[in-house]
Amino acid sequence: MDEGSELSLTIAQIVQRLKGSHLHSQIERQAKECLHQPEIKLESLKEDVRSFLKTSGWERQLQNAVYRELHVQLPPSHPAAPPEHLKEPLAYMRKAQASWEKRVLKSLNSMSTELGVPLARMRPAAEQKELSNKWNEMGTDEPDLTSVRPVYAPKDFLEVLISLRNPNHDGSEDVGVRSHWGLIQVPLNVRDIPQLRQAYSELNLTSGQLGIDDHAHIHPDMFENEYVQIGKKVVLEQDSAAAQQYSRQGCPTGLRADLWALILNSTNQPQDVMYYEQLTAGVIQHDLLVDNLIYKDVKLTASNDDYYFVFEDFLYQVLLCFSRDTAVLEHFKYNSATPPKSFIQGKGEDEESAVVYPPNGVIPFHGFSMYVAPLCFLYNEPSKLYSVFREMYSRYFFRLHSISSSPSGVVSLCLQFERLLQTHLPQLFYHLRQIEAQPLRIAFKWMVRAFSGYLSSDQLLLLWDRILGYDSLEVVAVLAAAVFAFRAENLMEVTSLASAEAVLADLSTLKVMPLIQIFLFATAI
Amino acid sequence: MSSSSSDVLLPVDSSIKPPVFLHLGDTEPLSGVCVLDVTLPFGKTVNVEEISFKNHYTASVSMRLLRTGPPSQWVTAVRDLPLMENPHTEGGSQDYCCIHRTQMQVDPDHVISVRLILKQPSSTWRSFSLDDIRILPHKQQDPEKEVSDWLSDLTLADQHTDLEGLPPPQSVSSSLQQMFALTEVMMQSNETTASIGRFHVDGCYDINLLSLL
Repeated sequence: MDEGSELSLTIAQIVQRLKGSHLHSQIERQAKECLHQPEIKLESLKEDVRSFLKTSGWERQLQNAVYRELHVQLPPSHPAAPPEHLKEPLAYMRKAQASWEKRVLKSLNSMSTELGVPLARMRPAAEQKELSNKWNEMGTDEPDLTSVRPVYAPKDFLEVLISLRNPNHDGSEDVGVRSHWGLIQVPLNVRDIPQLRQAYSELNLTSGQLGIDDHAHIHPDMFENEYVQIGKKVVLEQDSAAAQQYSRQGCPTGLRADLWALILNSTNQPQDVMYYEQLTAGVIQHDLLVDNLIYKDVKLTASNDDYYFVFEDFLYQVLLCFSRDTAVLEHFKYNSATPPKSFIQGKGEDEESAVVYPPNGVIPFHGFSMYVAPLCFLYNEPSKLYSVFREMYSRYFFRLHSISSSPSGVVSLCLQFERLLQTHLPQLFYHLRQIEAQPLRIAFKWMVRAFSGYLSSDQLLLLWDRILGYDSLEVVAVLAAAVFAFRAENLMEVTSLASAEAVLADLSTLKVMPLIQIFLFATAI
Repeated sequence: MSSSSSDVLLPVDSSIKPPVFLHLGDTEPLSGVCVLDVTLPFGKTVNVEEISFKNHYTASVSMRLLRTGPPSQWVTAVRDLPLMENPHTEGGSQDYCCIHRTQMQVDPDHVISVRLILKQPSSTWRSFSLDDIRILPHKQQDPEKEVSDWLSDLTLADQHTDLEGLPPPQSVSSSLQQMFALTEVMMQSNETTASIGRFHVDGCYDINLLSLL
């Protein structure tokens, strides 16, 4: 397809998506109402209405909405390509994802059977009332969770990724200098430091960064004050694309909440609050087995964390609603995963009684609540917090626990981590390999959570600024390699996997931006 | 694309000979160049609209056409079109592609046979080929009907009337038309892609165990 028709197709797809959205009806209403205004003339009706919409800020909102659609839109594809090809072009990865999903579903089914708890049930009226009263303090009275165990943990998923093989790949080369020393054996295209330097040019040594140049001993007039002023202007302009570009050098703490909401085009208008209320009604009406997984996960992870335990109730309010949100099903168009299906009891197995379980199609795993926890520092209104989390999940986090060939997918991140380490720290990698402490086994748990719960919260937010700014999770793989580079001396001394884990157990004192900057821009090539 | 939606372009019947791998000398076990011949039934020629296929680890493809008309000769239509941006890595390795006649260096008309030359320089892959090769024929445009002279006479300019301060009728009618068009658009039923939100069926969400199919 040539560029012209590709563009028309893209435009048509975006128009179709935005038609019928709330923004569409709002703009229509504004256009109708502005007809009363004297400066709108009949002869130049179209142009006058257009310039009214521009000056009143509606055009900017439309721009932001289009920008958001561009983030999640699939590239134009060949008409013969089936939908599963659009989700994931490589057949062997689709197959691996499907068999992984089957394993997870089997595990959930057997949990339901063993515990004697149905996958879903309608709560009796008394229970509904009780839950409704306790909504803001669900953490105080959770069900008996001793027999509930997480459906899977990151290390189970890692074993699946390690066993990924392309049947057409000739990996029979002997282990040597030119072979790959790591665990991931699929030949995806990942960027090396010279390419990363070009792509992440805003992070170089000569640019100011939040996380480096806002340090106490640097005078704020050198960088910070002016940078914050620019940030305020960006928020005032309400421009999504500008906010994303700005975020590459970090977001000031006071502006971060607004900037992230702008980048994600996440609004908190009355209809969003109402939507959230509907979701809470869904939680109160039906009890899901998946809720127990969420309770268990929050108890095991966030509640034990020094930074996040105060947000326990928020986490329930967000995650339980998230499970009931069918709008999340949209993201399966570009996610290699498929939502689990079941049928209403007693109605046979025809398509009309087929439903998705859980309603949002996402089965939480051990550590899932850590995707939400850092956001609690930014937003204290549940509907806003929910809206931002849902968008972040639908754009980034889903890639960390599904098998795909996407450059931001967890397989690519793992491979990139290993390649960076092998290329730039070969002695360290070889040593760790010899003592059977493959680096990925240590770094994987960091990457799957995008470092949430491993870094201190202010450092984590600086890292997530860059994920949003560059619209990619690559920086997570770069940081993982940079951490190994930072602790290389100590790691060269260890003689077992356990002691390597011990060296890398505590990352809470690390400053992420200097590490990333030095690794990308000060490593000798 | 020139075809209207009511016409379906059917691929042309063609037979594909088994791929021939080229070797330098006798000793190499693995070849990086493969030739695929796509021939039409004897006696038939085709004007090609586009050729579509599914890639299977081919790094780049060249296409040569055998055209009729004395002398019938082979011409190069496409030279080294990259299908994988890096021959050693997965990007593009299983994509669906098509080559349209506008991307070809020569007009693919009166074609008897198509020769695809596949190249895969990387030794990483065990095999490479193109699957599901289809040739779509070029559909002829209808010749534009000539507008009769007498029709054009009817659109002569109206007589000029004396207006006395009123806006000219053309501008009034065009702005009225614009207004009607705008109200039309606003009245159209919104075909919305917004989701409904309900996850249960008529309030019931008691489900069986998850389906493993």
